Amino acid sequence: MTEETHDVRLHVNGATYDVSVPPRRLLSDALRHDCGLTGTHVGCEHGVCGACTVLVDGRPTRSCLMFAVSAQDTEITTVEGLTNPDGSLGPVQQAFLECHGLQCGFCTPGFLTTITAGLAENPSPTRDEAREMIAGNLCRCTGYQNIVKAVERAAELGSAT
Amino acid sequence: MTTKLFGTKVNRVEDQRFLRGRGRYVDDVLPGPTLHAAVLRSPHAHARIRAIDVDAVLDIEGVHAVWTYDDLTGAMAEPLPLLIPHPTLTHGRTQYALAKDEVNYVGEAIAFVVAEDRYVAEDALSAIVVDYEFLPPVVGIAAARAATNLVHDDVPGNVGARMEQENGDARAAIAAAPHTLTLDLDIERSACMPMEGRGTVARWDPDSARLQVWTSTQTSTGVRAAVAAKLGLDLGQVDVITPDVGGGFGVKINHPWPEELLVPLAARTLGRPVKFTEDRREHFISSAHERAQVQHIEVGYDDEGRILGLDVEFWHDHGAYTPYGLIVPIITSTQLLGPYKPANYRVVFESLYTNTVMVTPYRGAGRPQGCYAMERTMDAIAKDLGKDRTEVRAVNFIQPDEFPYEHGLVFQDGRPLTYDSGDYPASLEKIKKLVGWDEFEQFRAEMAAEGRRVGIGLACYVEGTGVGPYEGAHVHIETSGKVKVATGLTTQGQGHATAFAQIVADELGVRFEDVEVVTGDTRRMPYAVGTFASRAAVMSGSAIHLAAKRAKEKALRIAADALEASVEDLELAEGKVTVRGTDTSIDLGTVAVLSNPLRYAFDEASKAATQFSVGDPGKPPVAEDDEPGLEGKDFYSPERSTFASGMHAVIVETDPLTAEIRILKYAVVHDCGHLINPMIVEGQIHGGVAQGVGGALYERMAYDESGQLLNASFMDFLMPYASEVPESIDIDHLETPSPLNPLGIKGAGEAGVIPSAAVFAAAIEDAEGFPITAMPISPSELFALRKRHAPVVEEVAQRPSRNSSVEEPRDEASRNHPTRSTDR
Ligand code: FES
Ligand code: FES
Repeated sequence: MTEETHDVRLHVNGATYDVSVPPRRLLSDALRHDCGLTGTHVGCEHGVCGACTVLVDGRPTRSCLMFAVSAQDTEITTVEGLTNPDGSLGPVQQAFLECHGLQCGFCTPGFLTTITAGLAENPSPTRDEAREMIAGNLCRCTGYQNIVKAVERAAELGSAT
Repeated sequence: MTTKLFGTKVNRVEDQRFLRGRGRYVDDVLPGPTLHAAVLRSPHAHARIRAIDVDAVLDIEGVHAVWTYDDLTGAMAEPLPLLIPHPTLTHGRTQYALAKDEVNYVGEAIAFVVAEDRYVAEDALSAIVVDYEFLPPVVGIAAARAATNLVHDDVPGNVGARMEQENGDARAAIAAAPHTLTLDLDIERSACMPMEGRGTVARWDPDSARLQVWTSTQTSTGVRAAVAAKLGLDLGQVDVITPDVGGGFGVKINHPWPEELLVPLAARTLGRPVKFTEDRREHFISSAHERAQVQHIEVGYDDEGRILGLDVEFWHDHGAYTPYGLIVPIITSTQLLGPYKPANYRVVFESLYTNTVMVTPYRGAGRPQGCYAMERTMDAIAKDLGKDRTEVRAVNFIQPDEFPYEHGLVFQDGRPLTYDSGDYPASLEKIKKLVGWDEFEQFRAEMAAEGRRVGIGLACYVEGTGVGPYEGAHVHIETSGKVKVATGLTTQGQGHATAFAQIVADELGVRFEDVEVVTGDTRRMPYAVGTFASRAAVMSGSAIHLAAKRAKEKALRIAADALEASVEDLELAEGKVTVRGTDTSIDLGTVAVLSNPLRYAFDEASKAATQFSVGDPGKPPVAEDDEPGLEGKDFYSPERSTFASGMHAVIVETDPLTAEIRILKYAVVHDCGHLINPMIVEGQIHGGVAQGVGGALYERMAYDESGQLLNASFMDFLMPYASEVPESIDIDHLETPSPLNPLGIKGAGEAGVIPSAAVFAAAIEDAEGFPITAMPISPSELFALRKRHAPVVEEVAQRPSRNSSVEEPRDEASRNHPTRSTDR
């Protein structure tokens, strides 16, 4: 029996992707394998690690907990969409570079999207708020020390622009 | 003058890729229309397989093939390699790529399905019917030792190996010592848990009969050799490429995993690229764990606390199979000694089979357990003698003028355990200052006045890093002046592309941006060992330094000819060779052009290198003892390991009511010789400390008595989030260079995690006043211990409750044993 598929139009980072996917296809898989946007990573597929976090209409969302078909008509931002229009690193990305906020880089896309949304809501977090902002994402490499610093640095960079 | 990059903070070059979402991890690799694999895994810890029925599978649309053991032939039908066949491992056992007749842990691979996508492949797994005959499972060290049931019928007592080493006569020394004490310690399982699991992609090219394999590994050359051997291919037919790796921490050094063989096999059989990407549950139940040991320690010491005799016996749970040999318990047994020199030392261990996931190195690789045994012993001696814990340590230290120091034991590499350098008294002074050791009693009193309970702990370690046998490097200066560097070991987050480029840029006097480093690609460097044991900086760093030196020598030789100067008068800086004190110079790129006499010109630069323009017409264009091209290649193979060291101290607060454990201060003094990039080294320490916090306070593998892993998800296996790690980690460096390599470096990768169990046990014990002998420790366990040591509990109730109710914990206190001491 052939698996039934649905035509879905995904708006990702300002571009449109028409994909035909089975109802059970996860948004994370659709982004990675149907749209070819492999910057979004999958670390657990049960909503705990946050590596797969993307912005859906600006809100941080675990793309492993969402079906691709339900993302129709939303605006999705992935890590690939966080650079400045001129192609330079966006403030959160730049802050991670300066603060050594990443090692293997696998968890990084989820942190970058989470912090982007977090700073949109709270542009100048205290240290505790910075830690709180990232407290739902797992990183096994960095011990979070430099990620917290990167949140503060990103806030600085963001307020400068 | 080009500024020296070695030793400075340089931002990482690889980050540009990662931050833009352009990393390429194995699941991102897509070599054409790819099929996807899924693995049927045993749901039982111990069973015989009577029959496997796969008939229904091939009826499922989108399924291409299914393999079980019966479909394997030749070397594929043999057990997987026993990678490190230590002679003491008398009963080594490894699994088959797909289980033959018997399964020995929940998660063992039984069948391999390849389908159009992973969803369909997983559907197909549920159509496979396996008929099992259940066997009694052996779970935990106590059951393994009791040996009422056996994991493998032909391994008596479940004992894979028994090993004993002795320097002096420890038992006699203890018998004659003025003071003795006995400790029984316990440490549980944890695991590496990289955020990216295992994964393999393979493509078979039928025209050239060549296989390309991308795999998330810590050893590309190891996988290459294993794949070639198992698939009956020549080494020259197999390329293994390590893409970006999303963390390793040890688990990816084991190889070949069943999937690393089955994916290439399927790709060759089906003529299509095939991919396997492990999911999180699979990583929990079918990769590897580490740490579980039970330890019995007897020690005799003098009035100062100087150890006269140390006799350690421990039992190591190695799980169902032993592909990685005895590395972990051997490291425990030797690195246990840390910075100390007990006059007499004896160690015996048994490495035991259980029906659980196998054990292979996890960051620290047996050192955390050794450090735990030794440091808990130091604390116990201090308590017994009523001395400060740092004093007892100090009298046992190897002194700075005693290096190289020989322990009279054999290390994991089969060579004598000889420390190269260090300064432990200096480290101790630094850590005391950093954590505020001498001021702590005052702090404790202040806290007590507020009804708060705090404790301080300290732990020291020495870590053998940079083990052999060798690593190599190739440095190629292109005609553009850019430099391409290749080394064979792999990278999983350590920033090799940056640190190694720093070394090369310094040596060749070129711009850092012009150096590109490739790791873990057997096409670029087919001779390599792998990334483990904190060896990459020492081994590949040294090899790259040597290779760059060779390229430099050649560049100077050619430039001397071209500039009609003598080599001694030349210097290399800013991408040019210059005659010192003049402005006569030649670009390094031009030197590269000159190094390769050409027949054909394709641009202005190459015109300068045609045989009409270069060379002496009376001599061969390439001299007999020379090669074309501006390249350098070299290997570094040290006589023995370098020994890094360090000390950690922690101040914890334990909640008088809920027994919650909070970290108030965490301090690290670290000595890894010269630092290539302090930013990267500190990052390694941060990560290690966080894993250590997890291992000491949160993480454990909760097996039930039937061998089911009850917490095989991130929901139930508690890895630290930002909220669980110390708010800051104070780090101070000491640099005692290693005399063993040209850069004076030692490894840094594992250090951060080694003292954690020891240092937290010490601090909690100090806060609570009763012995902590089983780690990790949870608040409920601590609560139960308080109940057992009742006098302490009575003081507690005075503080108002922060939580409305306290859950009654199960009695975990039985894991904690009293320390027995005797004085003569
Ligand atoms: S992959 Fe989605 S939360 Fe972990
Ligand atoms: S950088 Fe490796 S998991 Fe975060």
